[in-house]
This record gives sequence, structure tokens and C-alpha cells, in this order.
Amino acid sequence: MGKHVLVIEDEPNIVAAITFILRRDGWQVSSHASGSDAMQVIRDAAPDLLILDVMLPGRSGYDILRELRGDPATADLPVLMLTAKGQSRDRQMAEAFGASRFMSKPFSNTEVLASVRELVDT
Amino acid sequence: MVPFNLLLLACLGYVVFLFLIAFLVERRAERRRIAWLSSPLIYTLSLSIYCTAWTFYGAVGYAVRSGLEFVTIYLGPTLVFVGWWWMLRKLVRIGKTQRVTSIADMISARYGKSNAIGVIVTLLAVCAITPYIALQLQSISLSFAVFAATPSAEGLVLPDLGDTAIWVAAGLAIFTILFGTRRLDAKEQHHGVVIAIAVEAVVKLLALIAVGVFVVWGVAGGPADIYARIIANESPDWEVLPGRWAGLTFLAAVAIVTLPRMFQVLVVENADERHLATASWAFPLYLFLISLFVMPIAVVGLDILPEGMNPDLFVLLVPLALGQDELAMLAFLGGFSAATSMVIVAAIALATMASNHIVVPLWLQLRGPEASGDMRSLVLNARRLSILAVLCFGYVYYRVTGGGEALAAMGLIAFVGMAQTLPALMGALFWRGANRIGAGAGLVVGLVVWLYTLFLPSFGPDVLLSAQLMQEGLFGIGWLRPQALYGVEIADPLLHSLFWSLALNTFAFCIGSVLTFPTPLERVQGAQFVNVFDIQTGTRGWSRGAGEAEDLLVMAQRILGATEAQGFFQAEAMAQGKAGYLPDTTPDFLDRLERRLAGSVGSATAHAMIAQIVGGSMVSVEDLMAVANETAQIMEYSSQLEAKSEELARTARQLREANEMLQKLSVQKDAFLSQISHELRTPMTSIRAFSEILKEAGDLPPEDASRYAGIIQDEAIRLTRLLDDLLDLSVLEAGRVQLKIEDSTLRTLIDRALVASGSVAPHRSFTIDRDAAAEDIALRTDIGRLAQVFINVLSNARKYCDAERPRMDIHVREAGGMVTVDFVDNGSGIPKKSQALIFEKFARLTDQMQAGGAGLGLAICREIMHNLGGEISYVPGQGGAAFRVSFPAVLPGEITEGTASDDEARAVAQAG
Repeated sequence: MGKHVLVIEDEPNIVAAITFILRRDGWQVSSHASGSDAMQVIRDAAPDLLILDVMLPGRSGYDILRELRGDPATADLPVLMLTAKGQSRDRQMAEAFGASRFMSKPFSNTEVLASVRELVDT
Repeated sequence: MVPFNLLLLACLGYVVFLFLIAFLVERRAERRRIAWLSSPLIYTLSLSIYCTAWTFYGAVGYAVRSGLEFVTIYLGPTLVFVGWWWMLRKLVRIGKTQRVTSIADMISARYGKSNAIGVIVTLLAVCAITPYIALQLQSISLSFAVFAATPSAEGLVLPDLGDTAIWVAAGLAIFTILFGTRRLDAKEQHHGVVIAIAVEAVVKLLALIAVGVFVVWGVAGGPADIYARIIANESPDWEVLPGRWAGLTFLAAVAIVTLPRMFQVLVVENADERHLATASWAFPLYLFLISLFVMPIAVVGLDILPEGMNPDLFVLLVPLALGQDELAMLAFLGGFSAATSMVIVAAIALATMASNHIVVPLWLQLRGPEASGDMRSLVLNARRLSILAVLCFGYVYYRVTGGGEALAAMGLIAFVGMAQTLPALMGALFWRGANRIGAGAGLVVGLVVWLYTLFLPSFGPDVLLSAQLMQEGLFGIGWLRPQALYGVEIADPLLHSLFWSLALNTFAFCIGSVLTFPTPLERVQGAQFVNVFDIQTGTRGWSRGAGEAEDLLVMAQRILGATEAQGFFQAEAMAQGKAGYLPDTTPDFLDRLERRLAGSVGSATAHAMIAQIVGGSMVSVEDLMAVANETAQIMEYSSQLEAKSEELARTARQLREANEMLQKLSVQKDAFLSQISHELRTPMTSIRAFSEILKEAGDLPPEDASRYAGIIQDEAIRLTRLLDDLLDLSVLEAGRVQLKIEDSTLRTLIDRALVASGSVAPHRSFTIDRDAAAEDIALRTDIGRLAQVFINVLSNARKYCDAERPRMDIHVREAGGMVTVDFVDNGSGIPKKSQALIFEKFARLTDQMQAGGAGLGLAICREIMHNLGGEISYVPGQGGAAFRVSFPAVLPGEITEGTASDDEARAVAQAG
């Protein structure tokens, strides 16, 4: 059984793509599509890695990240941020809020895979 | 007795001193260290060239002959300087703005830059001033003669010193040429000359006061004794004649403005308009001081000198008779100063007129404008020759008349001559209706009458006019007698001439001006002159651009000199924001160039020269309209100023608002681009991820592969739709959409929309509630676009209505040609905070069914309704989501062929 990756992303097709890529590499993948109740889902699932979209219905990804970093239980959780806006300002915000890695859409599959491996190993 | 040689030596020394001062000042002026030179004091002193040898020697003679009448010569100018100060200021202001070079130039410039007018004034001035210059030569010769005289039994025998006069004339010519024609631009002013005549002004005043003080306290026993002597000497000739007093005062008042030399120092040499303020009291004070001792010298002379002595020489004779040689020498230098300063300035003024109005125009006429060469040397040589000619004329006049006439009479003849310019000059300053026909007629009539009634008879009977003609009139016609025109006998020939010449002159001027029309250029110049204090704009006499800047530069270099002309062109080019030496030939530039040239060659020639290159001046209709409107404009000026400051404040506010708006728009644009980026990247992410999966994973089960390919296809379609919507929106927003006007009914339209929207979420069954009768409304509008809106609203309801048993009520109303359709569902509706947002781009409220649309649907609906002259709005409080679409049933415009199928398909896709 591989390590657990939680994907919080509202685009079902993107979730399907990430799930496929990671599962094929031996990861255990679960997903959630809403921002408003994401914190509870994260706490319950206690994943080894979180893939977090920025534009989520109900609550912004940055908001969720800030709360995660504020909570000692999740302060060290590796978080890979995904955003479709791709402006440098977004990258700066993600880094400021403590994202472990930042990727803009569209991404390459190998890059996602490499990032996930790196973040969980370190 | 002063040895004659000593006198000559003193005289020469004084002249050398003047040369030296003038030379040093010119040197300083070249280095621009001349601040003290342009002081009001120097200006006032230079004005004192009004007091010539005639004043210095002649006033005493005048007092001996006619008592206090000599005062009128000082009274006139005093009245002008004290009471008509504002008129002088206007004269000076015009002189500066138009860069006037002489009185002839001033009058010519006002009357359409007509050179003919300039020529008339120049001729008049030469005729009038030549005897005046002769008078100065005579006075210098006479004063020399006094010192060379040998006492004899009958008193003093004055030797004929005609040779002295020629030497004096030559010396004056040299001085004038040296310091009067160093530079070309008359506006650059003759600093050396001005300072020399200021020094001479001091010398002549001191000399006369010294003699006066000596006479009052040295010879007589003080003021009381002088008064007693005046009473004792009173003769019947001293009676005050009111007519003559008034006439002479008027004449002197006119002379102070119209005499060429006075115009030269008053207007042309003026460095600062404010100097006039000082001169307005200081110059009358100077006149008062110089006239203070005239009467005492006259009566003391009458008392102590033998009978039959020339009273014009009392200033010299009294000190000589009493053995005061030094005082006599000082008096001599005073008289010498008075004479020389007048001749120098008068010669410069006349030479400027003659070269600008006669020599240069003639030369241009003969050689043509293309003639090469430096115009400057031509103009300067013309002036030098003119100076020589003027002094020659003066000398010849002196020799011909033999100096027999009493000095004062010759001065007054010149005064009357120059007074002929008064109507034209005053018309220039105050009457917009005055024109060149009137001015020319007045000047010619005045000139002829003056010549006939005063100038020619002044030579005496049988010199130029026969005694018979004087007695019986021209051709024996009695009423043409030179000194009794129309049989009106005015006892005094001077007053007779003054009255008739000015009366006929003014009459001709007014009639000519009233009966003929001014040219456009005259109208423009007239407004420039009369309203000189109100109008700040240029003449605008030129139209844009026919002339080449290069040709103009070549021409300007010939007149101004290379350095000066290039400097001027470069500055103009820089002011226009251009590098180099060739500015655009804008009307403003041409106007400034013309004025600059006018300062060198006069306005008429400058205008003609530019016109030859630019191809004729054009006074546009706008210019004339502007002139016509100026009076009204001036009246509105102050209120306009207020309005302007308000307008400025308003503009500033508008700018601030516009700036804020731009910033807001910029923020909105950024947000919009960011959202577009998001909407494009999201489908592309799926496409890229799955295409990589398909490419890399060869072992994919066929059903998975087909599913993933389907996702790619769906997302690609989504991308395409998004781009279509964006294009649609931009076309609608820009109002560039082509409407297809068709006839239909509202019922058909709603039917179509319901069918089309049925494809969205087909699994849900909606209850539709509608009133078929009310929907029976004929429409003539873009049915396809309207259907697009309806479909969008209905599709949204099918997607987002969260009721268990969804239903849709469609209410239709019509009033005043406006149709209103309400679409109300029974869902939970749109939260209040979002209601304002739903019509904005990308304002997607929920994230279910993303593939349905990009959040542009309602934004597009809003734009469509704007294009159809209606609107779409959200109506709160209807128990569910309620959209109201209202629009005119008939849209003005042509019916166009076409189908609405594209719009329908698009609407279904957009809904969301």
C-alpha cells in the first residue's frame, strides 16, 4: 500500500487525470471537490501529501493553506498548490502562505509525479 | 573777449568728449552691461531734444518780441505729458508690439502696411524738418559769429560764417553715421546716441540756468528787481492774444508726438514702457526749469545791451557784454548741445524713414526679390546716404534762405508741417474705421495746403511764390490767396495755415475713411492698434505653410545677418519642439519673423518681402470674424475669466475622475485577463494530462482510452465555446453586432426557446406555466438574439433550480410598445449578495456542471438586450430565481434574411 495523497480540486476531469497518474505509480489517492468543508476532510483523511487547488468553490485554497500551517497537527504536511492563474503574484502568495511546491496549470504529468515523490520523501 | 581759437578748441574738446562717451557706451552695450542706461532718467533727458537751439537761443528772442507767448511752446508738451499720458503709453505699446521704426512706419503699418502712406509721411517729414535743421546750423554759425565778431561803432559786426555751417554739418554727419548706423535693427536702439544727447541735455540746462542765475542775482538785484524790469520793459507786442495762445499751445502739443525726432526718442528708443510714468512729471519739470530764466535774460538784455542787437543771441551777448567769458563759453556749449542733439536724432529718424520707405522698396523693385547679397549693407548704406542728404538739404536751405528769417518762425513752420500727420495718427490709435484711402487723402491735402499757405510763402515774396500770387491768389482767383483762403482773413499766417491745413486734412481723412472700405489687413491692423491693451494675440496675417522655411532663412540672413537670423530661427524651431534651424512656417512664426524684420526695414517692406516668398498674405474669414467679435469679446472678458477658472476647476475634477475610472478599469481588465487565463488553463490542463496519458501508457484498457479521449474532446469543445463566447461578447460590447431583424410573435419565440433549452439536463422534468393568449404579441426584432437570451435564462433554471418539483412561470406584459417577460422558477433563488454580480463576466455562482458554460452567459444576455434597446434584470422576492427581460416589440431597422439556429445552439452552451 503506497502513501496517501489527497487531491482537493473542483474540476472532475483534472481529478481523474491526477488520480490516474498517481495510482499508476502506486499511490493511494482520494479526492474532494469543495473548499468549504475541505479542512474537515483533510483532518479526517490525514494524508501524507495534499494537492490543493487555489480556486475552490466555497473557500479559497490560500485560506485553507493558511489554516493548515496554523494548526500544529498539519503545519508540516507537504502541500502541492495548483493554480490555473499562473501569474507570478499567485506564486508569491503561495510561497508566503507556506506551500511546499507550486505548480501552474496545465502541468506535465511527469512533473507532478516527480514533485509528489520529492515532497513525500523529504 | 574769448579768443576765437580757444572757443574752437573748447568746442572740439566737447565734441571729442561726446564721441568718447558714445563710444564707451556702445562698447558696454555690446557686452550687455547697460542696466543703468535704460533708466527713466536717461529716457527723460533724451526727450529734452525737444528743446533745440531754437528753445535755447530763440526763446529769449521770442520773449523780447512777444512777451510770455514763448511759454506756449512748453505748455503744449506739458499738457500732453501730464494729461495725455495714457495716449503716449498706447503709442509706446503699439511701437513695441509692432516694432515700429519711425512715425512713417507707424502710420504705414496701421493702414495695411501701405508703403504709399509711408512715402507720403517721409516726404512730408523731409519738407518740414529740412528748414528746422537749417535753423540749427544757422544758430551754431551765429553763435560762432558772435565770438568772432569785432566790436565797432554800430555795435557788433558779425562776419559771414557760412563756412562754419558746412564744417558743423559735416561733423554732425560723421557723428550721426558713426553712432546712428552701427546696427540695423532700429529696435536695438542707439545707446551711444541716447547717452550723448542725455549729456547734452544736462549741459544745455546747466548753461541756461547758470546764465539765468547770473542775470538774476549777479546783474539785477534778485527776483523783485527782475519783476520791476519786466513791468518797465512791457511793450504793446507783449499782449496776450487768446487765439494765438491756444493755437500755439495746441501746435506744440501735437509736435511733441509727431516730430520725427520726438517720435524717435519717445517711442523707438524707449526701453521700458514704465519710463513714461517718470517722464510724465520729470519732463515737464525739465521744461519748467529751462524756461524759468528766459524772461529775466530777455529783460536784462534789453536793459544793458545797445539797441538793435539780435535778441536771439542775448544768452551769449549778456555774459559777453559783462565780461563773463567762462559763462559765455558755457552758454555757447549749451546752445551747441541743443543744436547738435536735435540734428543728430532728426537725421537718424529721417534717414530711417527715407531708407525704409523709399530707397529699399525702390531697390527691391529694380533688382527684384531674388537679388542676392547682404541686404544689411544696402540698408545701412541707404541710411548713411540719407543722413548725408538730409544734412545737405539743411545746409542748402540755410544758404538759399540766407538765414534771414527769425529762428522761431522756422521752428513753427516745421511744427505745422508735422502736425499734418495728426489726423492719421490719432485715427490709427482710436478709430477702427479709419483706412488708408482716408489717411492718404488727409495727408496729401494737409501737405499741399501747408506747402501753399505757409512753407512756400516763408521764403518771402518773389523767392518761390511771386508777390503777385501772394496778393491776388493762384491764377488770380481771390479766394485762393495763400494767406487768406476762401477770403477768410486770419491776421496771423501761421494760425491761418494751421487752421486750414488741419481742417481740410481731417475732413479729407474722415470722408475718405467713411466712403471707402478698408482691406482685410487694415481691419486686422486696426484692431491691433486700437485695442492694443486688450489683444494679446498676433496679427494672424499669414496662412500656413506655402513658403519654405529655408527660403525665409536665406532672406532673413540677408537682413538680420547670419548669426542673428539663425539664432532666431533656431529658437523658433525649438519652441515648436523641432531640432535644427528650420521651424514649420506656421502663421505665428511668420508673424513674429515679420515683426523682427520690420524692426530693421519697416513693416511695409518686411511684409512685402515675406509675401514674395510665402505667396501673398491671407487674411482668413476667421481672422475678420475675430476682429469683428473683439469688441464684444472684451466686454465679456472679465466674466469669461471667472468662467475660465471655474472651468479649470471642473476640468481638474474631471481629470481626477477620469484617472480614477482608468485605474478602476485597469484593475477590472487585470481581473478579467486573470479569469480568462483561468478559464483557458482549466480545460487545457485536462487535455494535456490525458493526452500525455494516452501517449505514454500503451497498456491502457480500450474502454479507458476511449473515455479519456472523450474527455479531451469535451474539453476541447469547451475551449472553443469559451473563445466563441468571448468573441461574441466583445462584438456585442463594442456595439458592432449585425442585428437580423425578423417578424415573429412572442409565443413562437417562447416555444422555440423552451424546445431548445430542453436539451439541458434532459432528465429533469419542468412544469411550465404560461399564458398563451397574453403571448400573442407581434415582434419585429432580432428574433435569434432574443431567443438566445430566453434560452439562456431557461437553461439556467433547468440547471440550477433546486426545487424537488421544479416549475417555471412565464408572465408576459405589454405596455407602450415595450414587452416585458418574467421568468420565475420555484427554487431557492439567488442570494442577495450575488444578485448584483450575476450579470458580470465569469460570475459563476456554483461549480456544478462546469462543462456547461464559462460564466459568460448572463453577461452576454445583458449585452444582447442593450443591443435590442431593452434590458435584462434580476427581480428579487419572487419566491425563486426571477429574471425580467424587457424590450421594444418593434426595433427600428430593415428586415434581414437569415436563420437563428447558430444563436440557439450557442445559447444552450452559454447558459450558466
